[in-house]
Amino acid sequence: MNILMAGVGGQGIILASDILSEVMLEAGFDVKKSEIHGMAQRGGSVMSHVRFGAKVSSPTIALGTCDILLSFEELEAARYLEYLNPNTKVVINRQRILPPSVVQGQAAYPEVEPIIREYTQNVIFVEGSALAAELNNAKGLNIVLLGALSALLDVNEELWLNALNLNLKEKIRAVNLEGFKRGRALLAA
Amino acid sequence: MKKILSGNAAFARGAYEAGVTVASAYPGTPSTEILENIAKTYPEIYAEWAPNEKVALEVVSGASLTGARTMAVMKHVGVNVAADPLMSMAYTETRGGLVLISCDDPQLFSSQNEQDNRQYARFAKLPMLEPACSQDAKDYMLAAFELSEAHGCPVLVRSTTRISHSLGVVELGEPLAPPKTSMAWKPENWVLLPAHARRRHPEIEVRLEKLREIANSSPLNVIEPGDKKLGIIASGVAYQYAKEACPEASFLKLGFSYPLPDQKVREFAAMVDELWVVEELDPFIEDQIKAMGIQVHGKDKLPMCGELSTDIVRGAILGAAQATVPSVQLPPRPPSMCPGCPHRGTLYALKKAGCFICGDIGCYTLGFLPPLSAIDTCLCMGAGINQAHGMSKAFGERQEKIAAVLGDSTFFHSGVTGVMNLAYNQGAALVVILDNRITAMTGAQENPGTGQTLKGDPTSAIDIETLVKALNVPFVATVNPYDYNATLETINQALATNGPAVIIAKAPCVLLRPDSLPYKPFKINPGRCVGCKACLKLGCPAIEFKPKLASINELCVGCGACVQLCRYGAISGGDK
Repeated sequence: MNILMAGVGGQGIILASDILSEVMLEAGFDVKKSEIHGMAQRGGSVMSHVRFGAKVSSPTIALGTCDILLSFEELEAARYLEYLNPNTKVVINRQRILPPSVVQGQAAYPEVEPIIREYTQNVIFVEGSALAAELNNAKGLNIVLLGALSALLDVNEELWLNALNLNLKEKIRAVNLEGFKRGRALLAA
Repeated sequence: MKKILSGNAAFARGAYEAGVTVASAYPGTPSTEILENIAKTYPEIYAEWAPNEKVALEVVSGASLTGARTMAVMKHVGVNVAADPLMSMAYTETRGGLVLISCDDPQLFSSQNEQDNRQYARFAKLPMLEPACSQDAKDYMLAAFELSEAHGCPVLVRSTTRISHSLGVVELGEPLAPPKTSMAWKPENWVLLPAHARRRHPEIEVRLEKLREIANSSPLNVIEPGDKKLGIIASGVAYQYAKEACPEASFLKLGFSYPLPDQKVREFAAMVDELWVVEELDPFIEDQIKAMGIQVHGKDKLPMCGELSTDIVRGAILGAAQATVPSVQLPPRPPSMCPGCPHRGTLYALKKAGCFICGDIGCYTLGFLPPLSAIDTCLCMGAGINQAHGMSKAFGERQEKIAAVLGDSTFFHSGVTGVMNLAYNQGAALVVILDNRITAMTGAQENPGTGQTLKGDPTSAIDIETLVKALNVPFVATVNPYDYNATLETINQALATNGPAVIIAKAPCVLLRPDSLPYKPFKINPGRCVGCKACLKLGCPAIEFKPKLASINELCVGCGACVQLCRYGAISGGDK
């Protein structure tokens, strides 16, 4: 299984993909994850590859083999089209963070849905940011989206909750567990 | 017990299991988290941030003399800084095991060049191990210390961004007891007089051949028999890409890749019809195999530049068509200086003063991006000051406005000697030390100016102004970079001296100390904004232009730089 997480520095992608990796290890899979940080804190594009299965060699996903793309931001969902195929599920958080050229009025913010539909019809928007705001926990967006992602993966919910308990500090645990559950409900069949 | 660890966390774990007691490093992507992990997870190991990589390597050279197991960690270009001790440490005999981890950055995700540090193993005549995953990263540390102690030499462990920053499953082991330290004397091998070094050189050549024998039978160099038609020799993460691209092929995985295990290579070459070497960057292994007279494919089909991938390897070896990269044009999202960053106003003021700005390595390099476009050079750590000095000397009597900018950590790393030279040789250049009280670019590490060690203990803090004054710089001033007008005025005063000058623009990194900002977030009064775009010149992510007027978004933290540029008083709020 190949999962890409995309978004903008500061959205908490690295922690979310760390937790996903731990859950998959506990679920009995070989797991690899790769991302480029370093620049992540400064508002640049961030992408994390998570792969799990019986045996994983490359830490990065080959082109055209992404199973699920979870994008924390709308525009970023369209930045990695070469990884998509007609079966890829694309889950996009409804949030626009304007890149510098748009901020400066030199470019327009594109509509990403038609771009992605050129590659796959499995496109779902989720109101993750609205949910995080409703919980008064904007920083918990990553856990809300992890909840949404968990609904697409056949793994016992208990493993998710254990990993969240291990990774979240006491002070922010309750609100994030709530965010996870409500995020999971967003995509529960 | 199995855990999921990044390569860097696995290196730290490996150091712990190997009984390391002293570790020294200078932060640099992608190596930084190794020592951070040690400091956080293994308090029994003494770990420190050195002011630069040369210091780090010399510190561990000393620690090794006591019999302790010790390691230095740096990014690839850091090894250039440490190359002086490294080349001679091949001659001095190590006592306790000594490992140097070099983290290379193929694809230049966060570096100024794409050098292949495997060449250092050959250059310094030292053994090298190349882990291919997190499990290897941990296991090879133990192997590296054993090799180092058995042969009395440093061992190079070469990582890359994709090893250091990828996570994988690691089976943990039990830690060894650290070796006991004691005083010892061995001047014939520790004092590199010409007479001693002359004797040591042939011993090193003999050692290298002995190491080659060991590499030939090392369990780190494994033949994985498969389809005899295709044989692939690979090391590091390239092995993983090749394994995924051609799972049926026969493999020779080189974990102990220098000295090259010649017999094992011959044995493998004889097993297969077509031989390939899959390696990132230089044809390091390939050239050595060709020199043995063996026909091999490699850089004739694989790229010399950038990182590899499963797709690139598959395309080269199997001739598979590459998936096409879509041609959709999206607005790029480059990293930028944070909203409220104290560097922004200083760089803008230097530009306003008409300076040519020699840059350096740090967050402020991002000031290169338009619209600020305030960085005119960026070479390596500490270079900016010296470039500015060189320019001023080349211009001679002609007075040009030449400035150099660098951060506090870069100043301690290798800027102090530059300021010393500027003062000593009376260069007409202005050095602006952007003192944000932290090593920011690599994610907030302590440095000799912060008053705190890597392990979080309080310590003495160097006062930069005192230090610069002690270097006898005639013009020294400290400014608050959030006060734009005062900063610009001080810059103009400094430039008017037409001699060595240093300004310290001192304000803490806004990510760490948001409370230190002078104001609260601002708003634009649409009735007053005339759309002149003066505020946009700062390149602040918090200022938008839509459709004909500026507006301030929720990213504003209240630095006040834009307020001082607005001639229409259209920016208001911000009162604390």
